[in-house]
Amino acid sequence: MNEEERLKVLEEKAAELRRLAEQDGLDLGAELAVLERKIAELRRKLYAELSPWARVQLARRPDRPSGLPFVQALCEAFFELRGDRVVGDDPALRGGLARLAGNRLVLLFHHRGSTPEEQRASRFGMASAQGYWKAKRLMEVAARLRLPLLTLINTPGAYPGVQAEAHNVAGAIAACIWAMLRHPAPTVAVILGEGGSGGAVALAAADRVLMLENATYSVISPEGAASILWKDAKVAPKAAEALRLTAHELYALGVVDEVIPEPMGGAHADFAATVEAVREAVLRHLGELSRLPLDELLRARYKRYRHVGAQGPGA
Amino acid sequence: MPIRKDKRERYVEVEVSGPREPLWVRCEACGELIFKRKLQENQYVCPRCGAYFFLSARERIAALTDPETFREFPPPQIPEDPLGFADQVPYRERLARARQETGLGEALVAGEARLAGYPLTLAVLDFRFIGGSMGVAVGEALYLAQAHAARARTPFVFVVSSGGARVQEGVLALLQMVKVVAGRELLAQEGVPYIAVLTYPSTGGVLASLGSLADVTLAEEGALIGFAGPRVIEQTTGERLPPGFQTARFALEHGLVDQVVPRAQLREELARLLRVLAEEP
Ligand SMILES: [Zn+2]
Repeated sequence: MNEEERLKVLEEKAAELRRLAEQDGLDLGAELAVLERKIAELRRKLYAELSPWARVQLARRPDRPSGLPFVQALCEAFFELRGDRVVGDDPALRGGLARLAGNRLVLLFHHRGSTPEEQRASRFGMASAQGYWKAKRLMEVAARLRLPLLTLINTPGAYPGVQAEAHNVAGAIAACIWAMLRHPAPTVAVILGEGGSGGAVALAAADRVLMLENATYSVISPEGAASILWKDAKVAPKAAEALRLTAHELYALGVVDEVIPEPMGGAHADFAATVEAVREAVLRHLGELSRLPLDELLRARYKRYRHVGAQGPGA
Repeated sequence: MPIRKDKRERYVEVEVSGPREPLWVRCEACGELIFKRKLQENQYVCPRCGAYFFLSARERIAALTDPETFREFPPPQIPEDPLGFADQVPYRERLARARQETGLGEALVAGEARLAGYPLTLAVLDFRFIGGSMGVAVGEALYLAQAHAARARTPFVFVVSSGGARVQEGVLALLQMVKVVAGRELLAQEGVPYIAVLTYPSTGGVLASLGSLADVTLAEEGALIGFAGPRVIEQTTGERLPPGFQTARFALEHGLVDQVVPRAQLREELARLLRVLAEEP
């Protein structure tokens, strides 16, 4: 029996004890406490030792908290803004005006969808050119109104398609990066699930970059790296290790400011707790940033990205 | 009999007699046998069919600058192999091999020079060096070149030939996209012009950052310009690619670039541009 199976058996036993205690009014408190301690220990061990590849799988789960339901749970009020004003709209990258614990801000997020129709429409969260041109437009709205920017990232990457190229998806991503660097108010990015290459970095040039514990952030998908460098897509688990794409590894590299712990079993196991954890972290960072004078904020942001990779960890 | 075949150059060197350095090459596009010196004189464009072959960074610099005016910047001091990356070949070994093959320290050569008398700061990617990919050292060199241009108030010219971010440096390579845009901001703050020259290929993270943010964007005839490579698009979407997709002409027709320029006229066009963009030398 492996540890995951053992955990399952222990959990079933605990559930049984609880049922007995309730039905028959038996005092099983001591037995239950022992069992629960064992379960917690085993879970901790299991999830602390998750391989990068296992985390990639968790980050990609379709039931991972993100997208519009996440935004609706996170904010008291959200008013969606749509369209890039030139070509069209994009259901894979959405955004609008929001109120979060009383703060006004502009929110941008990937939406992967939960139904097959939604998932097809959003191409599983791969935004196209109009998505990134819209994002740039919303960043400009936020800049004019001096509103903070919050981005929630969960994308396999920008959509590679003929229309995307014709509408200059590369230019749109570049424009987003530049707009975020110049943004005249605090910016916070949270990687909730997959942070897939250019499609993620377009929304991640922020003052603070936070990651959920099992989220990933990578220059290329492990499958892509495996087929390009190993010429064998099957070695993706190995590529996932080599790429250092997990939250803890990126924190150690100084790329990420905080790793937000997930509920046991992963974010999908407890939607509300995940939202709460993200909300707490975002508000804390926004609070810190909003106390800085604007020139200091911009100087710190600029310095951070000007030196990225040039110095050791934590630089 | 072909004695050396390099797919990236799209021509084959042909030994005609003896074991000396081959004098002839065969164009893979049209099959023409070309005298190598003639190909060099023609700036590596097939004299028969007009196919474009790679120009090394040094050849590009020689073609675009006034003789004896290029002064190369020292390479930035960057710790190598930040992730300790190894696939089938350790990254350090790939770097060593690329250095031996190209004679370059990294994929970018940058410095100051003159073109038709106008002083400028020039940064050129070399595709032969790990696909002209941008890792920390390339990002740093691009940042420093822009900082120099902003300080010296000389137009910044960036010649792109790149497959994108360097996979072996992971997210640190990805984040160079932000670093080079931070450099671009310095030019904007000083009102210094930035000219991008997109060549074969201008793709991925280099295009989706600095490559797309120029004041004036020229596409070399023969360029490939796109965020995703044609194979990735076909595989991901199953879409049939239209003829001429991602060519310089396609980019011009879709409003992505200002001009398409044949390689032989690039120097002249840049000079014409500097006449209206730069302060008088
Ligand atoms: Zn030919």
